[in-house]
Amino acid sequence: MTTTLLVRGATLVDGSTADILVADGRIVEIGAKLGHLNARSIDAAGLVALPGLVDLHTHLREPGFEQAETVLTGTRAAAAGGFTAVHAMANTLPVADTAGVVEQVHALGARAGYATVRPIGAVTRGLEGAQLAEIGAMASSRAAVRVFSDDGKCISDALIMRRALEYVTTFGGVIAQHAQEPRLTDGAQMNEGSVSSELGLKGWPAVAEEAIIARDVLLAHHVGARLHVCHVSTAGSVDLIRWAKKRGIAVTAEVTPHHLVLTDELARSYDARFKVNPPLRSSDDVQALREGLADGTIDIVATDHAPHPLESKEAEWEAAAFGMVGLESALSVVQASVVDTGLLDWADVARVLSSAPAAIGQLAGYEDGIVVGALANFVLWDPLTSRSFATSDLRGRSTNSPYLGHSLPGRVVATVHDGYPTVLDGELVDAETVAQSARAAQGAPIFASTQENHRG
Amino acid sequence: MRHLLSTRDLRRDEAIQILDLAEDMAQVAGREVPKLPALRGKTIVNLFYEDSTRTRISFEAAAKRLSADVINFSAKGSSVTKGESLKDTAQTLGAMGADAVVIRHGASGAAHVLAASDWIDAGVVNAGDGTHEHPTQALLDAYTIRQRVSGTGARGAGLDGVRVVIVGDVLHSRVARSNVWLLSTLGARVHIVAPVTLLPVELDNWPVTVGHSLDEAIDESPDVVMMLRIQAERMDDSFFPHPREYAREWGLDDARAARLGGDTIVMHPGPMNRGLEISARAADSVKSTVLEQVANGVSVRMAVLYLLVTAPGSDRGVSAGSTRGTGGEQR
Repeated sequence: MTTTLLVRGATLVDGSTADILVADGRIVEIGAKLGHLNARSIDAAGLVALPGLVDLHTHLREPGFEQAETVLTGTRAAAAGGFTAVHAMANTLPVADTAGVVEQVHALGARAGYATVRPIGAVTRGLEGAQLAEIGAMASSRAAVRVFSDDGKCISDALIMRRALEYVTTFGGVIAQHAQEPRLTDGAQMNEGSVSSELGLKGWPAVAEEAIIARDVLLAHHVGARLHVCHVSTAGSVDLIRWAKKRGIAVTAEVTPHHLVLTDELARSYDARFKVNPPLRSSDDVQALREGLADGTIDIVATDHAPHPLESKEAEWEAAAFGMVGLESALSVVQASVVDTGLLDWADVARVLSSAPAAIGQLAGYEDGIVVGALANFVLWDPLTSRSFATSDLRGRSTNSPYLGHSLPGRVVATVHDGYPTVLDGELVDAETVAQSARAAQGAPIFASTQENHRG
Repeated sequence: MRHLLSTRDLRRDEAIQILDLAEDMAQVAGREVPKLPALRGKTIVNLFYEDSTRTRISFEAAAKRLSADVINFSAKGSSVTKGESLKDTAQTLGAMGADAVVIRHGASGAAHVLAASDWIDAGVVNAGDGTHEHPTQALLDAYTIRQRVSGTGARGAGLDGVRVVIVGDVLHSRVARSNVWLLSTLGARVHIVAPVTLLPVELDNWPVTVGHSLDEAIDESPDVVMMLRIQAERMDDSFFPHPREYAREWGLDDARAARLGGDTIVMHPGPMNRGLEISARAADSVKSTVLEQVANGVSVRMAVLYLLVTAPGSDRGVSAGSTRGTGGEQR
């Protein structure tokens, strides 16, 4: 049993209006006044149809930290935010540094069915930065890992970084670096600047990020490898990446939604919901990040969704955990920060939140967006409403969102993953139905290597 | 005043109110029975996550002179060492009926977190939070300066035109931060002297001038020289090459002390490293207010506790007239 869906009157990213017919997991027809007898109809008048969002930076916390999030709860949060694929970071317990762990995470995602889960493998064993993890085994496992990262920790040893960059070129992988010079950030709590000076919180200088990015782009250039820079947060980092791209260095970069809108002024409350790594920076940095995203220096937006249990945030700032949840609010924050301000249009949003992150992660099926023949992964977005963001808008297990109580524009009306709905009428479809739909979708292709068999 | 968390947001009239009330409290100390019934039946908790005998006994003396019941909750030998959260501790103290919590904590902002939470209804006094603020220390410093400058005519006065030099580890000093805000709010002109490594970054918004030479600062004949404590752990972390070099460049040694004007006062929040940031002669000279600062600390903390516990709108309030009570031992 598969679902046939007829989306009526959606606005496509080019501004045109069309109906979208979905059958057997794929988009089979796009046009005016389509009809189908047995299709479930979705009224999309006034809604923007965006390709399914792809997050390159998600912490699903399973295995090991299930009190914060699980693959199921995290992908429910993803679906609620319009995502149809997430890349699960490796800092779990045990660390995702073996084929066994990445295959487990991958299988849990496939079973839950809310989104495609692509595990990210650790670069070094135990994230300890000393010896390479079993990168090849993870790459050739059923999880087919292509992105490797010690996120949460920086690969600070230049030789290990060089080796990692070189090694993954063997199978076309990419290293995603968490750029944070450890000695310059020993005990650091927030952005180093006038606010940290007043608050007496240990500063986290921009140069600690920029020095690593500068080194890494030179290393990538030297060995002819691809580098991806996680959560760029400073104006200086944007300049460095712009310079590297001009030189033809194969570097890509991401920015989080929160770094596009929040600043270190929020730390004045000592409310640990605003404690995040990398830290919230100045308004000048926010502006530079927006401009970098607009001119293509920064390739993608990635959430760095980082759930933490309540007790990890209900504490004095220095004792609290770093991180904030972001899947459910990402598209709203992107709309508020760069769409409503005129820097990006919806086609750009489709690029920075779908096709470009899929390309970096080598996730097939997202190349061309919403086109006939593509896997049916899309989100119907109502850009004209706004909501007072509340814990009821959070669908993961944790509530450490910085936006609670703030008004955010837009709302996900429906999310369709591999041809079946995960969100309808703004509500998550129940877990059992989604799991059944996922089983029925029968292994729709998610890896580049198997793509040709299904496209025909 | 609901809480006292920082001097950054203390208005001039509020600060002067505290200093004036502290004058009243100081008079109590001169009585035969140095005690007021003002906070009888009220419970004040000293919640100390860091060792600071000086500050704790100062608050304890202040609370006892106001006839409050005092509970000392020290992180050492309590469940804190077993990992109890600030939330659980606060709720426990709330359940015990604390009217005010005096908190000393190693984490900047801990007092703010406690005050902003709904864990406890009590007023919160920040008795030093990390490297952020130590507002009662600044208030007692301001009180000490005002007494020396204005003498008995001090009531109602600020510190307008008084020139204060603060010397040393401003980066890690909650005393320096609280003094910068409070003294400038009261009209003083504050100059900071330190090696660049011990200065916070981006001080453009601070109401101070900044220099790196103590000798030049002394040439300007300041009214007040406030020396900050150099903590032992800074010596091992390359903030400066060697204690001897620090003492030579930024210490108030005998020669520098001798060059100070006749009315210039020398302050130190204590405890002092004699021979490092201050020489023994300078510390013990008539210019030194170190012991006055200790005595004034009790008066200022009495004023703060009184204002907090009797704050209007607080159900913890007692009638304002009770400070003028007859005094006497109540227990």
